[in-house]
Amino acid sequence: MWEQIRSNQTGSAILVVWMGALLLLVGYFLGLYFFDSGIGGLIFALILWVIMSLVAYFQGDSILLAMSRARKISHDDHPRLYNIAEEMKIASGLEAMPSIYIIDDPAMNAFATGRDPKKASVTVTSGLLQKLNRDELQGVVGHEMAHIKNRDVLLMAMCSVLLGTIVLLAWYASRVMIFGGMGRTRRSSSSGGGGLGQIIIIVAALALIILAPIMAQLIYFSISRKREYLADASSALYTRYPEGLASALEKLAASTNQLKSANKATAPMYIINPFRKRGMAASDLTSTHPPISERVRILRSMAGASFADYDTSYRKARGTSKVLISAAAVTAAGALTLRAPQPPAAEKLEEVQRARETSNLMWNLNKYNTITCACGTKLRLPPSFKLPQLRCPHCGRINTV
Amino acid sequence: MTIVLWIVVGIIVILLIAFITIYNGLVRLRNQVKNAWAQIDVQLKRRHDLIPNLVETVKGYMKHERETMEAVTKARTLAQQVASAGPGERAKAEGELSSALTRLLAVAEKYPDLKASQNFLALQEELTSTENKISFSRQFYNDSVMTYNNQTQMFPSNVVASVASFKHGEFFEVTVAAERETPKVTFT
Repeated sequence: MWEQIRSNQTGSAILVVWMGALLLLVGYFLGLYFFDSGIGGLIFALILWVIMSLVAYFQGDSILLAMSRARKISHDDHPRLYNIAEEMKIASGLEAMPSIYIIDDPAMNAFATGRDPKKASVTVTSGLLQKLNRDELQGVVGHEMAHIKNRDVLLMAMCSVLLGTIVLLAWYASRVMIFGGMGRTRRSSSSGGGGLGQIIIIVAALALIILAPIMAQLIYFSISRKREYLADASSALYTRYPEGLASALEKLAASTNQLKSANKATAPMYIINPFRKRGMAASDLTSTHPPISERVRILRSMAGASFADYDTSYRKARGTSKVLISAAAVTAAGALTLRAPQPPAAEKLEEVQRARETSNLMWNLNKYNTITCACGTKLRLPPSFKLPQLRCPHCGRINTV
Repeated sequence: MTIVLWIVVGIIVILLIAFITIYNGLVRLRNQVKNAWAQIDVQLKRRHDLIPNLVETVKGYMKHERETMEAVTKARTLAQQVASAGPGERAKAEGELSSALTRLLAVAEKYPDLKASQNFLALQEELTSTENKISFSRQFYNDSVMTYNNQTQMFPSNVVASVASFKHGEFFEVTVAAERETPKVTFT
Protein backbone atom coordinates (compact mmCIF):
# COMPACT_ATOMS: atom_id res chain seq x y z
CA MET A 1 0.00 0.00 0.00
CA TRP A 2 2.98 2.28 0.62
CA GLU A 3 3.96 2.04 -3.01
CA GLN A 4 0.50 2.60 -4.34
CA ILE A 5 0.31 6.16 -3.12
CA ARG A 6 2.48 6.78 -6.13
CA SER A 7 -0.41 6.05 -8.48
CA ASN A 8 -2.06 9.19 -7.13
CA GLN A 9 0.90 11.12 -8.34
CA THR A 10 -0.23 10.54 -11.94
CA GLY A 11 -3.23 12.80 -11.52
CA SER A 12 -1.07 15.60 -10.18
CA ALA A 13 1.55 14.98 -12.86
CA ILE A 14 -1.03 15.54 -15.60
CA LEU A 15 -1.89 18.91 -14.08
CA VAL A 16 1.80 19.80 -13.96
CA VAL A 17 2.08 18.95 -17.65
CA TRP A 18 -0.82 21.33 -18.30
CA MET A 19 1.03 24.07 -16.47
CA GLY A 20 4.15 23.34 -18.51
CA ALA A 21 2.13 23.53 -21.71
CA LEU A 22 0.75 26.86 -20.58
CA LEU A 23 4.28 28.17 -20.02
CA LEU A 24 5.36 27.06 -23.50
CA LEU A 25 2.27 28.65 -25.03
CA VAL A 26 2.98 31.95 -23.28
CA GLY A 27 6.61 31.81 -24.40
CA TYR A 28 5.65 31.01 -27.97
CA PHE A 29 3.15 33.80 -28.43
CA LEU A 30 5.22 36.40 -26.65
CA GLY A 31 8.12 35.38 -28.89
CA LEU A 32 5.94 35.82 -31.97
CA TYR A 33 4.79 39.18 -30.70
CA PHE A 34 8.13 40.63 -29.65
CA PHE A 35 10.79 39.06 -31.82
CA ASP A 36 8.69 37.62 -34.65
CA SER A 37 9.93 34.20 -33.63
CA GLY A 38 7.81 31.81 -31.64
CA ILE A 39 10.69 29.37 -31.15
CA GLY A 40 12.91 32.15 -29.80
CA GLY A 41 10.31 33.05 -27.20
CA LEU A 42 9.83 29.40 -26.35
CA ILE A 43 13.55 28.93 -25.76
CA PHE A 44 13.67 32.13 -23.70
CA ALA A 45 10.83 30.91 -21.50
CA LEU A 46 12.48 27.51 -21.09
CA ILE A 47 15.84 29.02 -20.11
CA LEU A 48 14.14 31.24 -17.54
CA TRP A 49 12.28 28.23 -16.17
CA VAL A 50 15.41 26.06 -15.97
CA ILE A 51 17.34 28.74 -14.07
CA MET A 52 14.51 29.25 -11.60
CA SER A 53 14.08 25.48 -11.16
CA LEU A 54 17.77 24.99 -10.46
CA VAL A 55 17.74 27.68 -7.81
CA ALA A 56 14.61 26.23 -6.23
CA TYR A 57 15.95 22.68 -6.41
CA PHE A 58 19.31 23.32 -4.82
CA GLN A 59 18.61 26.29 -2.58
CA GLY A 60 14.87 26.06 -1.92
CA ASP A 61 15.12 24.40 1.50
CA SER A 62 17.74 26.70 2.90
CA ILE A 63 16.00 29.80 1.51
CA LEU A 64 12.70 28.75 3.02
CA LEU A 65 14.19 27.85 6.40
CA ALA A 66 16.22 31.05 6.52
CA MET A 67 13.24 33.18 5.53
CA SER A 68 11.09 31.70 8.25
CA ARG A 69 13.92 32.11 10.81
CA ALA A 70 13.68 28.47 11.83
CA ARG A 71 16.09 26.91 14.30
CA LYS A 72 17.28 23.33 14.29
CA ILE A 73 16.77 21.32 17.47
CA SER A 74 18.03 17.98 18.78
CA HIS A 75 16.43 15.34 20.98
CA ASP A 76 17.45 16.99 24.25
CA ASP A 77 16.07 20.41 23.31
CA HIS A 78 12.52 19.10 23.17
CA PRO A 79 12.30 15.33 23.77
CA ARG A 80 8.55 15.11 23.14
CA LEU A 81 8.61 16.75 19.71
CA TYR A 82 11.68 14.81 18.66
CA ASN A 83 10.23 11.51 19.87
CA ILE A 84 6.97 12.14 18.06
CA ALA A 85 8.89 12.88 14.87
CA GLU A 86 10.79 9.62 15.30
CA GLU A 87 7.53 7.77 15.84
CA MET A 88 6.08 9.19 12.64
CA LYS A 89 9.27 8.45 10.75
CA ILE A 90 8.90 4.81 11.77
CA ALA A 91 5.18 4.68 11.01
CA SER A 92 5.63 6.21 7.56
CA GLY A 93 8.57 3.94 6.74
CA LEU A 94 10.80 6.86 5.76
CA GLU A 95 14.42 5.83 5.34
CA ALA A 96 16.03 8.74 7.16
CA MET A 97 15.04 10.91 10.08
CA PRO A 98 14.21 14.46 8.93
CA SER A 99 15.77 17.41 10.75
CA ILE A 100 13.46 19.15 13.17
CA TYR A 101 13.18 22.94 13.24
CA ILE A 102 11.32 25.38 15.45
CA ILE A 103 10.06 28.87 14.66
CA ASP A 104 9.63 31.16 17.66
CA ASP A 105 6.15 32.44 16.91
CA PRO A 106 2.88 32.23 18.86
CA ALA A 107 1.01 31.45 15.63
CA MET A 108 0.24 27.76 15.20
CA ASN A 109 1.61 26.26 12.01
CA ALA A 110 3.97 23.67 10.58
CA PHE A 111 5.66 22.84 7.28
CA ALA A 112 7.95 20.31 5.66
CA THR A 113 10.83 20.82 3.23
CA GLY A 114 13.20 18.55 1.37
CA ARG A 115 13.24 17.58 -2.30
CA ASP A 116 14.82 14.30 -1.24
CA PRO A 117 13.09 12.24 1.47
CA LYS A 118 16.55 11.40 2.79
CA LYS A 119 17.38 15.06 3.44
CA ALA A 120 14.08 16.47 4.59
CA SER A 121 13.01 18.63 7.47
CA VAL A 122 9.90 19.30 9.53
CA THR A 123 9.32 22.71 11.09
CA VAL A 124 6.78 23.63 13.74
CA THR A 125 6.09 26.90 15.53
CA SER A 126 6.53 27.26 19.27
CA GLY A 127 2.83 28.18 19.47
CA LEU A 128 1.98 24.74 18.16
CA LEU A 129 4.17 23.03 20.75
CA GLN A 130 2.45 24.98 23.47
CA LYS A 131 -1.17 24.40 22.53
CA LEU A 132 -1.25 20.82 21.23
CA ASN A 133 -1.23 17.67 23.30
CA ARG A 134 0.72 14.57 22.33
CA ASP A 135 -1.91 13.02 20.06
CA GLU A 136 -2.59 16.29 18.27
CA LEU A 137 1.09 17.02 17.71
CA GLN A 138 1.48 13.50 16.39
CA GLY A 139 -1.29 14.13 13.85
CA VAL A 140 0.33 17.34 12.63
CA VAL A 141 3.82 15.84 12.42
CA GLY A 142 2.30 12.83 10.63
CA HIS A 143 0.75 15.20 8.08
CA GLU A 144 4.14 16.82 7.44
CA MET A 145 5.89 13.44 7.22
CA ALA A 146 3.28 12.44 4.65
CA HIS A 147 4.25 15.46 2.52
CA ILE A 148 7.84 14.20 2.61
CA LYS A 149 6.95 10.54 2.03
CA ASN A 150 4.55 11.34 -0.84
CA ARG A 151 7.15 13.60 -2.45
CA ASP A 152 4.79 16.57 -2.29
CA VAL A 153 7.59 18.92 -1.38
CA LEU A 154 9.36 18.42 -4.68
CA LEU A 155 6.11 18.47 -6.63
CA MET A 156 4.91 21.69 -5.06
CA ALA A 157 8.31 23.35 -5.46
CA MET A 158 8.34 22.53 -9.15
CA CYS A 159 4.77 23.75 -9.52
CA SER A 160 5.44 27.02 -7.80
CA VAL A 161 8.46 27.58 -10.02
CA LEU A 162 6.30 26.97 -13.11
CA LEU A 163 3.67 29.31 -11.77
CA GLY A 164 6.31 31.91 -10.89
CA THR A 165 7.82 31.78 -14.37
CA ILE A 166 4.44 32.23 -16.03
CA VAL A 167 3.53 35.13 -13.77
CA LEU A 168 6.92 36.76 -14.30
CA LEU A 169 6.76 36.46 -18.09
CA ALA A 170 3.22 37.77 -18.27
CA TRP A 171 4.00 40.67 -15.94
CA TYR A 172 7.04 41.87 -17.89
CA ALA A 173 5.30 41.38 -21.21
CA SER A 174 2.33 43.43 -20.06
CA ARG A 175 4.63 46.29 -18.96
CA VAL A 176 6.45 46.27 -22.28
CA MET A 177 3.19 46.14 -24.25
CA ILE A 178 1.65 49.04 -22.36
CA PHE A 179 4.67 51.33 -22.18
CA GLY A 180 6.80 50.37 -25.16
CA GLY A 181 4.46 48.53 -27.47
CA MET A 182 4.47 51.14 -30.25
CA GLY A 183 7.64 49.83 -31.86
CA ARG A 184 5.78 46.71 -32.75
CA THR A 185 3.66 48.15 -35.60
CA ARG A 186 6.68 49.41 -37.48
CA ARG A 187 8.31 46.03 -37.55
CA SER A 188 5.17 44.23 -38.56
CA SER A 189 4.75 46.34 -41.70
CA SER A 190 8.30 45.61 -42.78
CA SER A 191 7.75 41.88 -42.50
CA GLY A 192 4.88 42.38 -44.91
CA GLY A 193 2.79 39.48 -43.59
CA GLY A 194 -1.00 39.32 -43.77
CA GLY A 195 -2.82 41.70 -41.45
CA LEU A 196 -5.13 39.01 -40.16
CA GLY A 197 -2.33 36.77 -38.94
CA GLN A 198 -0.77 39.63 -37.03
CA ILE A 199 -4.05 40.53 -35.38
CA ILE A 200 -4.55 36.94 -34.29
CA ILE A 201 -1.08 36.88 -32.74
CA ILE A 202 -1.68 40.16 -30.91
CA VAL A 203 -5.04 39.04 -29.59
CA ALA A 204 -3.67 35.65 -28.53
CA ALA A 205 -0.67 37.24 -26.82
CA LEU A 206 -2.91 39.70 -24.99
CA ALA A 207 -5.33 37.00 -23.92
CA LEU A 208 -2.51 34.79 -22.71
CA ILE A 209 -0.92 37.59 -20.72
CA ILE A 210 -4.18 38.11 -18.90
CA LEU A 211 -5.42 34.54 -18.64
CA ALA A 212 -2.28 32.43 -18.29
CA PRO A 213 -1.33 33.55 -14.78
CA ILE A 214 -4.90 33.04 -13.58
CA MET A 215 -5.17 29.60 -15.13
CA ALA A 216 -1.76 28.57 -13.83
CA GLN A 217 -2.78 29.72 -10.38
CA LEU A 218 -6.01 27.73 -10.47
CA ILE A 219 -4.15 24.59 -11.55
CA TYR A 220 -1.60 25.18 -8.82
CA PHE A 221 -4.27 25.59 -6.17
CA SER A 222 -6.04 22.45 -7.26
CA ILE A 223 -2.84 20.40 -7.03
CA SER A 224 -2.06 21.90 -3.64
CA ARG A 225 -5.50 21.13 -2.21
CA LYS A 226 -5.36 17.56 -3.44
CA ARG A 227 -1.99 17.01 -1.81
CA GLU A 228 -3.36 18.40 1.46
CA TYR A 229 -6.22 15.89 1.50
CA LEU A 230 -3.79 13.09 0.72
CA ALA A 231 -1.45 14.16 3.51
CA ASP A 232 -4.42 14.17 5.91
CA ALA A 233 -5.33 10.65 4.80
CA SER A 234 -1.74 9.49 5.23
CA SER A 235 -1.49 11.07 8.67
CA ALA A 236 -4.58 9.15 9.76
CA LEU A 237 -3.05 5.99 8.35
CA TYR A 238 0.25 6.48 10.17
CA THR A 239 -1.20 7.43 13.53
CA ARG A 240 -4.31 5.20 13.28
CA TYR A 241 -5.96 8.07 15.11
CA PRO A 242 -7.61 10.69 12.84
CA GLU A 243 -9.14 12.41 15.86
CA GLY A 244 -5.67 13.71 16.82
CA LEU A 245 -5.22 15.63 13.58
CA ALA A 246 -8.87 16.69 13.55
CA SER A 247 -8.70 18.24 16.99
CA ALA A 248 -5.32 19.83 16.16
CA LEU A 249 -6.81 21.40 13.03
CA GLU A 250 -9.67 22.77 15.10
CA LYS A 251 -7.24 24.39 17.52
CA LEU A 252 -5.29 25.79 14.59
CA ALA A 253 -8.45 27.19 13.06
CA ALA A 254 -9.47 28.83 16.31
CA SER A 255 -6.16 30.64 16.82
CA THR A 256 -6.05 34.10 15.35
CA ASN A 257 -2.32 34.71 15.32
CA GLN A 258 -0.85 35.12 11.86
CA LEU A 259 2.60 33.80 11.19
CA LYS A 260 4.93 36.79 10.87
CA SER A 261 7.62 35.15 8.79
CA ALA A 262 5.33 33.61 6.16
CA ASN A 263 4.83 35.19 2.77
CA LYS A 264 2.87 34.45 -0.37
CA ALA A 265 5.58 32.31 -1.90
CA THR A 266 5.90 30.02 1.10
CA ALA A 267 2.21 29.85 2.03
CA PRO A 268 1.36 26.50 0.40
CA MET A 269 4.08 24.77 2.39
CA TYR A 270 2.27 25.17 5.70
CA ILE A 271 -0.29 22.80 7.22
CA ILE A 272 -2.90 25.55 7.20
CA ASN A 273 -2.92 28.71 5.11
CA PRO A 274 -0.93 31.27 7.16
CA PHE A 275 -2.94 34.20 5.74
CA ARG A 276 -6.32 32.67 6.35
CA LYS A 277 -8.97 35.10 7.50
CA ARG A 278 -11.78 34.07 9.77
CA GLY A 279 -14.95 32.87 8.08
CA MET A 280 -13.50 32.35 4.66
CA ALA A 281 -15.89 31.08 1.97
CA ALA A 282 -16.30 27.33 2.19
CA SER A 283 -15.18 25.83 -1.10
CA ASP A 284 -12.88 28.54 -2.29
CA LEU A 285 -11.31 27.88 -5.69
CA THR A 286 -8.56 30.38 -5.06
CA SER A 287 -7.14 28.78 -1.96
CA THR A 288 -4.08 26.62 -1.51
CA HIS A 289 -5.74 24.70 1.31
CA PRO A 290 -9.12 23.01 1.63
CA PRO A 291 -11.37 24.63 4.23
CA ILE A 292 -10.39 23.40 7.69
CA SER A 293 -13.95 22.60 8.74
CA GLU A 294 -14.22 20.19 5.84
CA ARG A 295 -10.91 18.52 6.64
CA VAL A 296 -12.03 18.08 10.24
CA ARG A 297 -15.41 16.69 9.17
CA ILE A 298 -13.77 14.14 6.88
CA LEU A 299 -11.32 13.01 9.56
CA ARG A 300 -14.02 12.75 12.23
CA SER A 301 -16.33 10.59 10.12
CA MET A 302 -13.67 8.00 9.34
CA ALA A 303 -14.70 4.51 10.41
CA GLY A 304 -11.19 3.06 10.20
CA ALA A 305 -7.72 4.37 9.49
CA SER A 306 -7.21 3.13 5.93
CA PHE A 307 -7.23 5.14 2.72
CA ALA A 308 -10.54 3.48 1.83
CA ASP A 309 -12.10 4.94 4.97
CA TYR A 310 -10.75 8.41 4.20
CA ASP A 311 -11.97 8.15 0.63
CA THR A 312 -15.47 7.19 1.76
CA SER A 313 -15.63 10.08 4.23
CA TYR A 314 -14.20 12.45 1.63
CA ARG A 315 -16.90 11.61 -0.86
CA LYS A 316 -19.62 11.83 1.73
CA ALA A 317 -18.42 15.20 3.05
CA ARG A 318 -18.03 16.75 -0.38
CA GLY A 319 -21.13 15.13 -1.84
CA THR A 320 -19.25 13.97 -4.93
CA SER A 321 -18.66 10.59 -6.42
CA LYS A 322 -15.21 11.64 -7.57
CA VAL A 323 -12.59 9.36 -6.07
CA LEU A 324 -9.72 11.05 -4.26
CA ILE A 325 -7.47 8.06 -3.81
CA SER A 326 -7.12 5.55 -6.61
CA ALA A 327 -8.89 2.22 -6.32
CA ALA A 328 -5.62 0.26 -6.36
CA ALA A 329 -4.38 1.97 -3.21
CA VAL A 330 -7.76 1.64 -1.53
CA THR A 331 -8.26 -2.07 -2.05
CA ALA A 332 -4.69 -3.01 -1.16
CA ALA A 333 -4.94 -1.44 2.26
CA GLY A 334 -7.46 -3.79 3.84
CA ALA A 335 -9.26 -3.04 7.07
CA LEU A 336 -7.34 -1.02 9.63
CA THR A 337 -8.83 -0.29 12.99
CA LEU A 338 -8.41 2.93 14.93
CA ARG A 339 -6.39 3.02 18.11
CA ALA A 340 -7.41 4.42 21.45
CA PRO A 341 -6.25 7.91 22.50
CA GLN A 342 -3.25 8.33 24.77
CA PRO A 343 -4.25 8.18 28.45
CA PRO A 344 -5.47 11.71 29.13
CA ALA A 345 -3.32 13.50 31.67
CA ALA A 346 -4.86 16.42 33.51
CA GLU A 347 -5.27 18.72 30.52
CA LYS A 348 -4.94 21.99 32.42
CA LEU A 349 -1.79 20.90 34.23
CA GLU A 350 -0.36 19.62 30.99
CA GLU A 351 -0.98 22.92 29.27
CA VAL A 352 0.97 24.83 31.92
CA GLN A 353 3.78 22.33 31.68
CA ARG A 354 3.86 22.57 27.90
CA ALA A 355 4.04 26.35 28.04
CA ARG A 356 6.93 26.18 30.50
CA GLU A 357 8.71 23.56 28.41
CA THR A 358 8.38 25.63 25.26
CA SER A 359 9.55 28.85 26.82
CA ASN A 360 12.55 27.06 28.36
CA LEU A 361 13.36 25.72 24.92
CA MET A 362 13.20 29.16 23.35
CA TRP A 363 15.39 30.70 26.07
CA ASN A 364 17.96 27.96 25.54
CA LEU A 365 17.90 28.25 21.76
CA ASN A 366 18.50 31.99 22.08
CA LYS A 367 21.54 31.19 24.26
CA TYR A 368 20.11 32.78 27.38
CA ASN A 369 21.77 31.73 30.61
CA THR A 370 19.34 30.59 33.32
CA ILE A 371 20.15 30.99 37.02
CA THR A 372 17.80 29.79 39.73
CA CYS A 373 18.01 32.00 42.80
CA ALA A 374 17.69 30.46 46.28
CA CYS A 375 14.22 32.05 46.58
CA GLY A 376 13.05 30.11 43.52
CA THR A 377 13.13 32.99 41.04
CA LYS A 378 14.51 32.09 37.64
CA LEU A 379 16.83 34.74 36.20
CA ARG A 380 17.29 34.72 32.43
CA LEU A 381 20.48 36.40 31.29
CA PRO A 382 20.89 37.40 27.63
CA PRO A 383 24.11 36.27 25.91
CA SER A 384 25.34 39.86 25.97
CA PHE A 385 25.22 39.96 29.80
CA LYS A 386 28.84 40.13 30.98
CA LEU A 387 28.71 41.14 34.68
CA PRO A 388 30.03 38.54 37.17
CA GLN A 389 27.27 39.07 39.75
CA LEU A 390 23.58 39.82 39.75
CA ARG A 391 21.16 40.91 42.48
CA CYS A 392 17.91 38.98 42.50
CA PRO A 393 15.10 41.52 41.95
CA HIS A 394 12.75 39.44 44.09
CA CYS A 395 14.64 38.72 47.34
CA GLY A 396 17.79 40.82 46.95
CA ARG A 397 20.32 38.00 47.23
CA ILE A 398 23.50 38.32 45.21
CA ASN A 399 23.92 35.54 42.66
CA THR A 400 27.19 34.81 40.89
CA VAL A 401 26.84 34.22 37.18
CA MET B 1 8.84 -19.20 -40.83
CA THR B 2 11.05 -16.33 -39.71
CA ILE B 3 8.02 -14.41 -38.48
CA VAL B 4 6.99 -17.28 -36.25
CA LEU B 5 10.55 -17.48 -34.94
CA TRP B 6 10.58 -13.77 -34.14
CA ILE B 7 7.26 -14.00 -32.37
CA VAL B 8 8.54 -16.89 -30.24
CA VAL B 9 11.72 -14.97 -29.40
CA GLY B 10 9.67 -11.87 -28.60
CA ILE B 11 7.39 -13.77 -26.23
CA ILE B 12 10.39 -15.31 -24.48
CA VAL B 13 12.01 -11.90 -24.05
CA ILE B 14 8.81 -10.40 -22.68
CA LEU B 15 8.39 -13.28 -20.24
CA LEU B 16 11.99 -12.91 -19.14
CA ILE B 17 11.59 -9.18 -18.53
CA ALA B 18 8.36 -9.81 -16.61
CA PHE B 19 10.10 -12.46 -14.51
CA ILE B 20 13.00 -10.15 -13.67
CA THR B 21 10.70 -7.25 -12.79
CA ILE B 22 8.52 -9.37 -10.52
CA TYR B 23 11.55 -11.04 -8.96
CA ASN B 24 13.15 -7.68 -8.15
CA GLY B 25 9.86 -6.40 -6.76
CA LEU B 26 9.64 -9.42 -4.46
CA VAL B 27 13.22 -8.94 -3.31
CA ARG B 28 12.50 -5.29 -2.54
CA LEU B 29 9.44 -6.24 -0.49
CA ARG B 30 11.34 -8.97 1.35
CA ASN B 31 14.08 -6.49 2.22
CA GLN B 32 11.48 -4.03 3.43
CA VAL B 33 10.09 -6.73 5.72
CA LYS B 34 13.60 -7.44 7.01
CA ASN B 35 14.29 -3.76 7.62
CA ALA B 36 10.98 -3.32 9.39
CA TRP B 37 11.82 -6.29 11.61
CA ALA B 38 15.19 -4.76 12.43
CA GLN B 39 13.38 -1.55 13.38
CA ILE B 40 11.17 -3.41 15.88
CA ASP B 41 14.29 -5.05 17.26
CA VAL B 42 15.94 -1.67 17.85
CA GLN B 43 12.92 -0.37 19.75
CA LEU B 44 12.50 -3.52 21.86
CA LYS B 45 16.17 -3.31 22.86
CA ARG B 46 15.71 0.34 23.73
CA ARG B 47 12.85 -0.55 26.04
CA HIS B 48 14.96 -3.23 27.72
CA ASP B 49 17.67 -0.63 28.28
CA LEU B 50 15.26 1.88 29.82
CA ILE B 51 13.79 -0.48 32.40
CA PRO B 52 16.69 -0.74 34.93
CA ASN B 53 16.83 3.05 34.96
CA LEU B 54 13.09 3.27 35.56
CA VAL B 55 13.10 0.69 38.36
CA GLU B 56 16.03 2.51 40.01
CA THR B 57 14.19 5.86 39.88
CA VAL B 58 10.90 4.44 41.10
CA LYS B 59 12.41 2.38 43.94
CA GLY B 60 13.14 5.40 46.14
CA TYR B 61 9.51 6.55 46.07
CA MET B 62 7.55 3.31 46.03
CA LYS B 63 7.84 1.44 49.28
CA HIS B 64 4.98 -1.00 48.99
CA GLU B 65 5.09 -2.04 45.37
CA ARG B 66 7.85 -4.60 45.43
CA GLU B 67 5.77 -7.16 43.54
CA THR B 68 4.90 -4.82 40.69
CA MET B 69 8.54 -3.84 40.26
CA GLU B 70 9.72 -7.43 40.41
CA ALA B 71 7.17 -8.41 37.77
CA VAL B 72 8.65 -5.82 35.40
CA THR B 73 12.23 -6.97 36.01
CA LYS B 74 11.23 -10.61 35.56
CA ALA B 75 9.31 -9.92 32.36
CA ARG B 76 12.34 -8.03 31.02
CA THR B 77 14.72 -10.92 31.74
CA LEU B 78 12.29 -13.30 30.06
CA ALA B 79 11.95 -11.06 27.00
CA GLN B 80 15.72 -10.78 26.70
CA GLN B 81 16.08 -14.55 26.82
CA VAL B 82 13.87 -15.07 23.76
CA ALA B 83 15.40 -12.10 21.90
CA SER B 84 16.72 -14.32 19.10
CA ALA B 85 13.52 -16.35 18.70
CA GLY B 86 10.89 -15.94 15.97
CA PRO B 87 8.23 -13.20 15.89
CA GLY B 88 5.52 -15.34 17.50
CA GLU B 89 7.45 -16.24 20.64
CA ARG B 90 8.95 -12.79 21.09
CA ALA B 91 5.61 -11.08 20.67
CA LYS B 92 4.28 -13.11 23.61
CA ALA B 93 7.18 -12.22 25.93
CA GLU B 94 7.13 -8.56 24.94
CA GLY B 95 3.37 -8.47 25.45
CA GLU B 96 3.87 -9.62 29.03
CA LEU B 97 6.51 -6.94 29.53
CA SER B 98 4.16 -4.29 28.14
CA SER B 99 1.39 -5.16 30.55
CA ALA B 100 3.79 -5.32 33.52
CA LEU B 101 5.06 -1.84 32.60
CA THR B 102 1.53 -0.49 32.23
CA ARG B 103 0.71 -1.77 35.74
CA LEU B 104 3.83 -0.11 37.15
CA LEU B 105 3.05 3.24 35.52
CA ALA B 106 -0.54 3.00 36.73
CA VAL B 107 0.66 2.43 40.30
CA ALA B 108 3.00 5.42 39.95
CA GLU B 109 -0.11 7.63 39.73
CA LYS B 110 -0.56 7.09 43.47
CA TYR B 111 2.77 8.77 44.34
CA PRO B 112 2.59 12.54 43.82
CA ASP B 113 6.26 13.04 44.73
CA LEU B 114 7.29 10.58 42.08
CA LYS B 115 5.06 12.20 39.50
CA ALA B 116 6.61 15.60 40.19
CA SER B 117 10.18 14.34 39.80
CA GLN B 118 11.82 15.67 36.63
CA ASN B 119 13.79 12.47 36.25
CA PHE B 120 10.65 10.36 36.29
CA LEU B 121 8.82 12.66 33.89
CA ALA B 122 11.68 12.45 31.39
CA LEU B 123 11.77 8.66 31.76
CA GLN B 124 8.02 8.45 31.35
CA GLU B 125 8.19 10.43 28.12
CA GLU B 126 10.93 8.12 26.80
CA LEU B 127 8.94 5.04 27.80
CA THR B 128 5.71 6.32 26.27
CA SER B 129 7.53 7.16 23.09
CA THR B 130 9.32 3.82 23.00
CA GLU B 131 5.99 2.04 23.44
CA ASN B 132 4.62 4.10 20.54
CA LYS B 133 7.67 3.39 18.42
CA ILE B 134 7.27 -0.32 19.09
CA SER B 135 3.66 -0.27 18.03
CA PHE B 136 4.37 1.92 14.98
CA SER B 137 7.23 -0.28 13.86
CA ARG B 138 5.01 -3.31 14.42
CA GLN B 139 2.31 -1.61 12.37
CA PHE B 140 4.76 -0.93 9.55
CA TYR B 141 6.19 -4.45 9.81
CA ASN B 142 2.76 -6.06 9.60
CA ASP B 143 1.77 -3.85 6.65
CA SER B 144 4.99 -4.81 4.91
CA VAL B 145 4.39 -8.50 5.62
CA MET B 146 0.85 -8.21 4.27
CA THR B 147 2.00 -6.58 1.04
CA TYR B 148 4.75 -9.16 0.69
CA ASN B 149 2.46 -12.10 1.39
CA ASN B 150 -0.13 -10.76 -1.03
CA GLN B 151 2.53 -10.61 -3.69
CA THR B 152 3.70 -14.15 -3.03
CA GLN B 153 0.14 -15.46 -3.24
CA MET B 154 -1.35 -13.49 -6.11
CA PHE B 155 -1.01 -14.34 -9.77
CA PRO B 156 1.34 -13.86 -11.59
CA SER B 157 3.91 -13.04 -8.92
CA ASN B 158 3.12 -16.27 -7.04
CA VAL B 159 4.65 -18.25 -9.93
CA VAL B 160 7.92 -16.36 -9.55
CA ALA B 161 7.71 -16.66 -5.76
CA SER B 162 7.33 -20.43 -5.84
CA VAL B 163 10.03 -20.90 -8.48
CA ALA B 164 12.51 -18.74 -6.56
CA SER B 165 11.19 -20.08 -3.22
CA PHE B 166 10.12 -16.86 -1.49
CA LYS B 167 8.71 -17.82 1.90
CA HIS B 168 5.75 -16.26 3.65
CA GLY B 169 6.38 -13.58 6.23
CA GLU B 170 5.16 -14.07 9.78
CA PHE B 171 2.98 -11.40 11.40
CA PHE B 172 3.94 -9.85 14.73
CA GLU B 173 0.76 -10.17 16.79
CA VAL B 174 0.79 -9.06 20.37
CA THR B 175 -1.39 -11.06 22.70
CA VAL B 176 -1.51 -9.35 26.06
CA ALA B 177 -2.87 -11.26 29.04
CA ALA B 178 -5.73 -8.79 29.44
CA GLU B 179 -6.71 -9.16 25.81
CA ARG B 180 -6.79 -12.91 26.07
CA GLU B 181 -9.14 -12.72 29.00
CA THR B 182 -11.88 -10.84 27.16
CA PRO B 183 -14.90 -13.10 26.95
CA LYS B 184 -15.81 -14.37 23.51
CA VAL B 185 -19.38 -13.93 22.35
CA THR B 186 -20.53 -16.76 20.15
CA PHE B 187 -23.64 -16.89 18.03
CA THR B 188 -25.02 -20.34 17.47
